Amino acid sequence: MPDQLLFAIEVTLNGLMAGVLYALVALGFVLIFKASGIFNYAQGVMALFAALTLVGIMDGQVPFEHLINAVFGTDIHGFGWEVPALLAILLTMVVMIAFAWAVNWIVLRHLVGQEPIILFMATIGLAYFLEGLGDMMWGADIKTLDVGLPQGINTTIDEATFNMFGYGFFIDNLDITATIIAAVLVAVLVAFSQYTKQGRALRAVADDHQAALSVGISLNFIWVLTWSIAGFVALVAGIMWGAKSGVQFSLSLIALKALPVLMLGGFTSIPGAIVGGLIIGVGEKLFEFLVGPLVGGATENWFAYVLALIFLVFRPQGLFGERIIERV
Amino acid sequence: MKDTAESYVTEDGRTIGEVILDLRGITLRFGGVEAIKNISFDIRKGEIRAIIGPNGAGKSSMLNVISGFYNPQEGEVWFRGERRPPMKPYQVARAGVARTFQNIALFEGMTVLDNIMTGRLNDMSAGLLAQAIWKGKAEREEIENRERAERIIDFLEIQHIRKTPVGRLPYGLKKRVELARALVAEPDLLLLDEPMAGMNVEEKEDMSRYILDVNDELGTTIALIEHDMGVVMDLSDRVVVMDYGRKIGDGTPDEVRGNQEVIDAYLGVAHD
Repeated sequence: MPDQLLFAIEVTLNGLMAGVLYALVALGFVLIFKASGIFNYAQGVMALFAALTLVGIMDGQVPFEHLINAVFGTDIHGFGWEVPALLAILLTMVVMIAFAWAVNWIVLRHLVGQEPIILFMATIGLAYFLEGLGDMMWGADIKTLDVGLPQGINTTIDEATFNMFGYGFFIDNLDITATIIAAVLVAVLVAFSQYTKQGRALRAVADDHQAALSVGISLNFIWVLTWSIAGFVALVAGIMWGAKSGVQFSLSLIALKALPVLMLGGFTSIPGAIVGGLIIGVGEKLFEFLVGPLVGGATENWFAYVLALIFLVFRPQGLFGERIIERV
Repeated sequence: MKDTAESYVTEDGRTIGEVILDLRGITLRFGGVEAIKNISFDIRKGEIRAIIGPNGAGKSSMLNVISGFYNPQEGEVWFRGERRPPMKPYQVARAGVARTFQNIALFEGMTVLDNIMTGRLNDMSAGLLAQAIWKGKAEREEIENRERAERIIDFLEIQHIRKTPVGRLPYGLKKRVELARALVAEPDLLLLDEPMAGMNVEEKEDMSRYILDVNDELGTTIALIEHDMGVVMDLSDRVVVMDYGRKIGDGTPDEVRGNQEVIDAYLGVAHD
């Protein structure tokens, strides 16, 4: 096999796995948008906040350490213990559920029936609030996140491909793990929404609020539930991205990468978020590999957005989105 | 008309039970507009109660008060002998009041069966974990709810569209699916907001027959809003007539038909 083709296959595989991570973030957007029609700008910051909280709990940090020290003149530096990863993930989930509950009771409850743009503005405010809260609770320094996921080159694949083609593929174990976890997560979400009563209620609310109320579904409960699930998805995304590139502010910017994914896949479709993520992941890696050298590289910064623009022209509702039909 | 709490038997041999819903002095305002002005009436167990009146009379508002979509500024709602505090629509639904909507509110993306199954959500109590592993209580509940749903599907003769997404159905069938979803909850009180609006004569006759069958065979208490006077007179045991937010008549179809104020409202005599 020619070297160029082998490289392309390797790039495609890596692109697929990068796409999984985009899809994870996009998934959080879709869940909330479907259930409440809110475009949650804070989804990326939620991933950052979840990762910060996870690191903070694992390292035994005292929340609001700086603030407490400044106000009371104390000199606290952590609890002095370390929490095992699994327990810390559970505790972080509790924090994310509390956050979902607080968002609904303090903000969204008062905005029921408002224009979508107002709800969108509210989530922008929420994003910046949460960013500041994260810094205040856990400090603004860059942290490393290690929950014990396997990292580094997968030697089995490397050797197998080397023996077959005379060229070993570089596939990161972390990417493989992320793909498996994402697949399990999506399977669980689909099973939940199809086969449980809460899932049925969730689909009902996503479809029609008034009808959902008339069969006895509490919208507030469902919204807290969706924000909690979105918080869980954000936590998973935060763990993956955090393990890959450290927990820092730039993590919240992956939300911006989820935008073209959503335009491709459609704002209301879970399969759309996944397929859209994969297309963007593979597309930008392959484009960089094939066209990048001709135009001086760095195409990964803009490729996704240009692709999304082209999609908007020809299929504004996305690949899987509901068709927009205006009756006259 | 009887005022007592006891049940009685009508001239054509129908047994009408005790008062199940009692509205006392309901006033509903939107800003400065009074949509409902000090209206009182009751609904008895087992009867078909119609609310009629010209457009804008406040009929739908009245239904929305009963189902908790609006909370009145004044007045009391007594349900099953207890005064009801202000409630959210989902709480009213859980308390045993099901409804349909004038403009149909169905889950368009779901199948007919899934739509109807949402009507049973409140009768499922198995925990998330039990549902996840699909054992014991969760399985029994699901099977039982499915059976109830199938009974209603047979009853309303919509077997052939069970697996069809609701969005693809014609208008008349959507109305019937909405009725099925309300019925499957086995409500103490069923509210129908213009169940025959926009239907042709044949569809209206079908719907009338279903409403009568529901009332007769399932014993469901029904309150309905309808424009077609002929239909109302045939179907209902008692009629409330509204005009400009006021109650101008209340009684059996015959009593209401002879009421001068009602005739004026329908024929359009100038108001002073």
